[in-house]
Formats: sequence, C-alpha cells, structure tokens
Amino acid sequence: MSYKTDYKRVLGLGSAHSGTEHWISQRLTAIGLIFLGPAFIIPFMQALGTSREAVLAVYANPFNALVAIGFFIVMFRHLRLGVQVVVEDYVHGERVRQISLITNALFWRGLAVTAVYAVAKLALGA
Amino acid sequence: MVEFTLPKNSRVTVGKTWPKPDGAKNIRKIRIYRYDPDSGANPRVDTYFIDTDNCGPMVLDALIKIKNEIDPTLTFRRSCREGICGSCAMNIDGINTLACIYGMDEIKGDIRIYPLPHMPVVKDLVPDLTNFYAQHASIMPLLETKTARPEKEWRQSIEDRKKLDGLYECVMCASCSTSCPSYWWNSDRYLGPAALLHAYRWIIDSRDEATGERLDDLEDPFKLYRCHTIMNCTRTCPKGLNPAKAIGEIKKMLAERQM
Repeated sequence: MSYKTDYKRVLGLGSAHSGTEHWISQRLTAIGLIFLGPAFIIPFMQALGTSREAVLAVYANPFNALVAIGFFIVMFRHLRLGVQVVVEDYVHGERVRQISLITNALFWRGLAVTAVYAVAKLALGA
Repeated sequence: MVEFTLPKNSRVTVGKTWPKPDGAKNIRKIRIYRYDPDSGANPRVDTYFIDTDNCGPMVLDALIKIKNEIDPTLTFRRSCREGICGSCAMNIDGINTLACIYGMDEIKGDIRIYPLPHMPVVKDLVPDLTNFYAQHASIMPLLETKTARPEKEWRQSIEDRKKLDGLYECVMCASCSTSCPSYWWNSDRYLGPAALLHAYRWIIDSRDEATGERLDDLEDPFKLYRCHTIMNCTRTCPKGLNPAKAIGEIKKMLAERQM
C-alpha cells in the first residue's frame, strides 16, 4: 500500500542522464561492421580448413590481422550494446536485471579480449 | 520477465449473443469485449447485431446505438464524436483508433472492438489512463521562459510556428502509446510515444527557454531510449501524426549536443 501520487510514481528516481552514448555507439559500430565484416570474413574463409602454416601466413599480413582485431573489438561491443537493450526491455526484476547487465558487460568484453589475444598470437606466429 | 500469456483472471471467455434486429436487410455483426470488475467474472466477448440501414456510418454510431437500444450496460468513453477530444480511442479490427472517425465500411467481416491494449481495464472499453496522463504531466507541457515576460505576447515567426505542425494536433487519445510493445513491457519507466511527442513539441517551440533542461530530463535509458523505432505509433495514429519521427528528432538533438 502506498499513497504516492501518480506524478511522483512517474518521476521515479529522475533521469539517469545517460543513454545517448550507448545510442550513438550502437549506430557507429553497426556502420563499422558493414566494412569490417566482409574485410574479416574474406581472408578468414580463405584460411579456414587449410594447414596451420597457411593460416599463419594469412594473419602474418598486418592488414588481415588488424582488420580481424578491429572486427572483434567492434563486433563484441555491438553485441554487448544489443544484448543490453534486450535485457533492459525484457528482464523486469530489479536485482535480476542489474546482475544480467553486469554479466553482459563483463562477458562480451572477456570474449573480445580473448579474440584479440588469439589473433595477436597468430599474427606474431607464436 | 515479460509475460506472454494473460493472467488467469484476464482470459477472455465467450459471452452473450444478442438477437438480430427484426426485418433488417443489412446486418453487421459486432463483437465487443465486456468486463465488469464488480462481478468478479472473467472478461467476455458479447455479440451484437445492428441494422446498418438504421445506424450512422461510424463505429461510434454503432456503439451508441447498441447502448441506447440493445444493452444499456455497455460502457465506453465518448464526447465530441468528431476526432478532436480523443475520448473514444479503442482497439477496433485490430488497430488502435478513434471509434468516431473509423467507418464501419472500412472493416471486412465482423467488427471486433476491444479496449486499448495492455492497460488496466476499468470497465468494458474504458481503460485506466492515470499513468499515461501523469507521464504527460511529467514532461512539463507548458511554455517555460526565463526572459522577463513581454508586455504583449511571446512572438513567433511563421517559419518557427510551422515547426509545431504535426505535433500540436495530438489529442492525447493514447492510441500510439498503447500500440507500442516497448510501452507494453516498460510503461512504468518508458514515457511512450504520446508523452515524447509532446515533449518534442515544447523542445522545438522557438519561444520555450528550457530546451536544455527538457533534454536533460529525457536523457535516460528508460524514459526515452526504450523507443526502438518499431513505428506502431505512427502506423496507428488516428490523426495521422508521426510520433516516431518526433522521438527520432529528440535522439538526434541529444546526439548533437555531445558531438
């Protein structure tokens, strides 16, 4: 039971003064992926299924390696922003939502770091 | 989590079928959602038949005829009967619109009438719009100025006045907000297309001096950014307005002041 007015309920805790950076970033990463996607996929498909030496040769090319690193950073950032939207839309319990958002923020960043490490390892031929 | 099925006490059952009018040549079948909170029963859909030769052309005409001549317990809001008060907004033939300006001839087959979706129902076709109105009040729908009040009126050029076209016509019928899935899931925090269109109406007003504060208040993941440009609002607006574009303009302004 609460005697809060409807106006008070709508005001809630006020504005978070954020969201614009997320909105801009989601659009910029989407545009970035239009270029980085094909630039990553083409050498990746060439390397796929070939010998270890051939794969190392593809990623010894600094262009291919840098594009792959750029692709993973941008793609995982875009993924994190997108999944965040899904969580905010559909997960309603306050505690569950907060835990989901934190997990989301860490999970994709973890994958991005792992992917960058993997490409760097290939590129440096280690 | 989001609920995809209706709660048990909201499941709609088959209601009463009223007799057809005697001697009528052109009969329309009208199926109307009925809910009476006092009865404790689940909502039901009653079936009525009206003689269209003896009835006005709009859906509201049929509702008034049913209430006057067939079933006086049928409850709905209406006032101006010409699309200016926004009272008779309801879900007709699957879209949210105003019953008074929606012709029965626009509908093929049975005419299905439900209250605006995903709102608490007070009775029959009357939804509880308390939260919706409070959200409108929260965007400060009035001129905010800091400059000393002029002796006569606040002046506005013809070009600046034109920027309010397509915004000021909103009659707050709630058709757009209640058609928006984001509003269905998060109406406790998302302001919805109607309130945001009104917010933009004051942001873009050349006489208003609280533009920055208005944008500050809206810059929030829930209040504004739950809009994902689904466009149901624009598609359903019975006044032909474009709330999605107004929201897009707010987002562009917020981006602009950061870059």
